[in-house]
Amino acid sequence: MKYDIVLCGVGGQGGISVSVIIAQAAMAEGLQVKQSEVHGMAQRGGEVLAHLRLSDGRIASPLIPEGTARLLLAFEPMEALRYLPWLAADATIVAASEPVRNIPNYPDLAAVLAGLRSLPNCLVLDADSMAKEAGNARAANMVLVGAAAKHLPFPASRLEQAIEASFARKGEAVVAANIKAFRHGQEANR
Amino acid sequence: MPFETLMGDEALALGAIHSGLSAAFAYPGTPSTEIMEYCQDYLGRQPGAFVAQWCTNEKTAYESALGASFAGRRTCVSMKHVGLNVAMDPFVNSGLLRIKGGLVVIVADDPGMHSSQDEQDSRCLAEFARVPCLEPSDQQEAYDMVRSAFELSERVHCPVMVRITTRLAHSRAGVETRAAHPQNAVAKSEDRWGWTLMPHAARGLWKETLAKYEGLRAEAEAACAIEQGASDTGVITTGLALQYYLENAQELATAKAGKPWHLHIGQYPLPFAAIRALASKVKRIIVLEDGYPFVERHLRGILSSGPVVLGKESGEVPPTGELTPDNIRSVLGLAPRSGQRATGQAGGRDLVPPKRPPQLCQGCPHADSYGFMKEALQAYPVHSVNSDIGCYTLGAMAPFDAIESCVDMGASIGMARGASEAGLGPAVAVIGDSTFWHSGLPNLIDAVSHKSAITVLILDNDTTGMTGAQPTILSQDKLKAVALAVGVEAGHVHIVDALRKDHDKNVAVMKAELAYAGPSVIISVRGCLEAIKKARKA
Repeated sequence: MKYDIVLCGVGGQGGISVSVIIAQAAMAEGLQVKQSEVHGMAQRGGEVLAHLRLSDGRIASPLIPEGTARLLLAFEPMEALRYLPWLAADATIVAASEPVRNIPNYPDLAAVLAGLRSLPNCLVLDADSMAKEAGNARAANMVLVGAAAKHLPFPASRLEQAIEASFARKGEAVVAANIKAFRHGQEANR
Repeated sequence: MPFETLMGDEALALGAIHSGLSAAFAYPGTPSTEIMEYCQDYLGRQPGAFVAQWCTNEKTAYESALGASFAGRRTCVSMKHVGLNVAMDPFVNSGLLRIKGGLVVIVADDPGMHSSQDEQDSRCLAEFARVPCLEPSDQQEAYDMVRSAFELSERVHCPVMVRITTRLAHSRAGVETRAAHPQNAVAKSEDRWGWTLMPHAARGLWKETLAKYEGLRAEAEAACAIEQGASDTGVITTGLALQYYLENAQELATAKAGKPWHLHIGQYPLPFAAIRALASKVKRIIVLEDGYPFVERHLRGILSSGPVVLGKESGEVPPTGELTPDNIRSVLGLAPRSGQRATGQAGGRDLVPPKRPPQLCQGCPHADSYGFMKEALQAYPVHSVNSDIGCYTLGAMAPFDAIESCVDMGASIGMARGASEAGLGPAVAVIGDSTFWHSGLPNLIDAVSHKSAITVLILDNDTTGMTGAQPTILSQDKLKAVALAVGVEAGHVHIVDALRKDHDKNVAVMKAELAYAGPSVIISVRGCLEAIKKARKA
């Protein structure tokens, strides 16, 4: 079994932390992981990408070959478009709809969203609003993880455990809000 | 066996710690920063276990490591590829020494220039210095090879380089760890003539080094093996390229051309005999290596008449940037893979998102500094602004368009001075506090000595920002003190706050110094937002 995930967004959105949470859950399930991240200059408001590879056997490359990823988790809609070449024909896309407009030539948002929605298995979510409803505006990433949960090759309970472990240091309220955001995401993709 | 999930950088650090590390030294630089950060985190959990220090620059870090080796203890110095240029003097000369305590220099190259100004290949410099180099292909090898490197360094009495690239430095995988080696006791080198490079001693040591190097070549031969193929093609991989090759190996094995012969090289000097053995089996050799065509160039030579060599120099492999599992498929004879596409409304064309380059954080103090600098310079249609390496280099781009050069650490002040001496003015140097300590100070001394008409704008955010907010080597108050101490006149050293509300005041200060025909220093102070965030998290 192999399951490759592309995570993308803009520097500062916390994409790498999400990748770590999914990796923790996969390892708890006994899977091997290889995860490639972006550090340094690119993290300053630029495009940020992580490749996360899960397998029950040996994983060679830290980079996912084009045309083979099973899931794209995009924390920003335009960034989702950038990594479509990495996706297998039957891959799932879970993308946030809220744009980060920190460049002067940001394209027409309606066209971006329409382009995404035209793809075979794409779910575009207003993750920001859903996270606010869950009680923590900063938990938008967990909404997206929740929406992707049923596609991942392990039970959702593994993810909840990893989320708890990841936020435990910040106190029970933060853990609860992130779990709630995660479940909101799950609901949105029943 | 104990098992941990580690980034390449972390695996290297833990490998060093488990080798009986007594002292680690470094200057921050992507993609090597996390090596020292891991050592320091480890010390946080086990205080006093060893020494792990940020240094002023890579040269001072390397020299500290030499001293620790002289004291008989195991030591590690880590840096990014361009940092090795700064440490080149001690590095090359250390190749002639009879190293005592194991000395491992970890250099992280950045092919693709994710966070660097060039993509130079440290393997070339290891060979130049006749220093052996180990090149891991994954996190496990990173851990294991650092341990071998210490052993090799003490056995052969030479420094050992471990070379990695960004993609390995910043990817995570499981690593099996082994029981730690105890630290060496302090037992200094009693071999004065193995450490004193006066010409008469150095001549003998250089001969020794060349002889050692051939011995090391024999070790590299023993460390690699040819995997038999079923075609007339051979593939040589080094480092991470092994993984990209393996990613495609299954397809190759079932391809019509048949499975290629394969030789992976993880240790230098190059195993000439193994390469010749491979050449005797095949008609063409494909070389896959991240960085420069280092192996390829050796194979090709000038007079070679062996198999055809395919690689970066012949154009079959991209000559710049990183290798990927995809961009090596063409040379391997495999068709490209394709993924999904989204088309826009108009004409069914693909939606291609514009690039999103990195930029200064919202509210960054550098933005305010550039604001007052640009306004002060408005009165001068001709002027120059030379800058340096750090977050503020992002001031080259819109909306700032504030700086005109970025070359190497400390260059801003030297270039501004040279431009000024050549008749271009007013000449401004923009440099961060950490970069100033790293390599700016000697240039300021030149400016004072020659009374050069330059204005040095030190952007003092009290941290090394771009690499993730490591502490600056000296406290903030030392900047003004050192400017005065080297002889910048008291009336021409200013401390200003990089605040929007002080804009007009700061413009006036800058204008006055632009009009002054001597060296001046304006220290523009406000803390880095990233550092404040990091401190809050801790």
